[in-house]
Amino acid sequence: MTADRRADEHAVLDRTVREQWGRLMSLLLAQFRRLDLAEEALADAVEAAARHWPSRGVPDNPAAWLLTAARRRVLDHIRAEATARRRAPLLVSDAEQREQSTRVMADPGGVIEDDLLRLVMMCAHPSLSPESASALALRLVVGVSTHDIARLFLVPEATMAARLTRAKKKIVTAGIPFSVPASVDVAQRLDIVAQTAYLAFTAGYAPGSGPDLLRAELAGSAISLTRVALSLRPDEPVLVALLALMLFQHSRRDARVGADNDLVLLAEQDRALWHRDEIEEARALLTRPALRRPLTPVAASYVLQARIAAEHALSPSPADTDWARIVTTYDQLLALQPSPATHLARAVAVAESESPVAGLAALEGIDQSAMRSAGAHRLASVQAELLVRTGDVDAACAAYDEAIALCRNDTERAHLARRRAEVSGQDRSSPG
Amino acid sequence: MKRYLFLIAYEPGGWDQASVEEQQVFVDQHQAFSDYLAQHGREISAAALAGADTATTVRHESGELAVSDGPFAETVEMIGGYYDAELPDLDHATAAAALLPVCYSVEIRPTVAIGQ
Repeated sequence: MTADRRADEHAVLDRTVREQWGRLMSLLLAQFRRLDLAEEALADAVEAAARHWPSRGVPDNPAAWLLTAARRRVLDHIRAEATARRRAPLLVSDAEQREQSTRVMADPGGVIEDDLLRLVMMCAHPSLSPESASALALRLVVGVSTHDIARLFLVPEATMAARLTRAKKKIVTAGIPFSVPASVDVAQRLDIVAQTAYLAFTAGYAPGSGPDLLRAELAGSAISLTRVALSLRPDEPVLVALLALMLFQHSRRDARVGADNDLVLLAEQDRALWHRDEIEEARALLTRPALRRPLTPVAASYVLQARIAAEHALSPSPADTDWARIVTTYDQLLALQPSPATHLARAVAVAESESPVAGLAALEGIDQSAMRSAGAHRLASVQAELLVRTGDVDAACAAYDEAIALCRNDTERAHLARRRAEVSGQDRSSPG
Repeated sequence: MKRYLFLIAYEPGGWDQASVEEQQVFVDQHQAFSDYLAQHGREISAAALAGADTATTVRHESGELAVSDGPFAETVEMIGGYYDAELPDLDHATAAAALLPVCYSVEIRPTVAIGQ
């Protein structure tokens, strides 16, 4: 056994887990309706594969191998439970009978897609909190480990494990069904799936706090979740728009962090590092006929945000960016969904399109208390940057101080401190 | 089938201030709810409760039995009634609760089988 072969086996296992986890989970749930056993059994099966495949070789159908191994484990558990209750013969024969009748479903196919949709719908049930739904979907549909989900949302692993356990307990105890809701509700539920995926994506992409860089990679699992949902409903506008938006943003991940872990702003990014294939895919998504239908507010807001991201992604340089069109798109977004963050982004675009003074004026409409109570430092940091451009160094330094005090992300705070030092240094070198 | 308790909370006084026509709408909506239960599951029991100002709370405080006037929790809304029913799952329970008068907040609680 060479090291290369072993690496191959692990690559096959990794890929199978990444691409098939949700399908395998949904098959196990469809068959046994035991959320507690299904997840544990599948994790055990993956562990067993990691042990056995290197010595025995990769099976012809890796997904079917995992499914069979996981099914055996569920049956073992059910048998053990049944023995404990001294009702073994009845329960085991019942479970085995069900296994016989569903064995034909081992190959991925149409029936399975329905089961996968059931799983996605269950995770996005409106009776779960968005945070729980997001974590649960990443775990059950995409197979992200509890450890990695905790890292993505910046909570201790034990906290995330408890949150996932609570969500699974609610599903079982409250009777959240493993089923596709009536057609009217499917659209609403897909909006929740999308919001859930976007919540996970922004947790990884726009670091709120902490020094982590790997979270940009973990944000990719939110894209996987959206791809799974989109594979089930290829013409669902909210999913098309969201995937476009996330791909535009994700395509910049390698350019957003400098050699010294500094945050690199859009204008200074090396555009050669942007992932062109993802930008192209996002651009193609935005031209899909699905987006010409009437959209839900959530879908419409993703379309507008994706269009803004497209202006940046497709412009050859910062100087060529069509800022006036970006301002117009922000106006549409504000009309649809007013928020301090959108207002702030629009003010930045106004500053670029017209002048720093116009940008500062546009900042004035923002509800400062709403922004500050959320702990957001961005209002002050944008104010500081625009004040620098107007030449008001004292006011700029005061705004930087405020932004630094409010900022909870190590990388961003370092960036702000560096900018403040540069600005006040300029001041000292040219007195008067 | 799962067993659910539907706890109905509303702002006190609504029923007394409603006109006869408005009261009829309430009655019809409760009927629609009961019909839904009959169609998809089973209604076990139901009752309207007298006002929270008639409530008595019993609890043990440092080993002593304390009986006090009033509800356990003081809120603007109060529990005004309940349904105890069996339905296939939470989606059916939610669909049933949606049929009740719109001024209600309905808390759906699954019951737990004890000692099985």
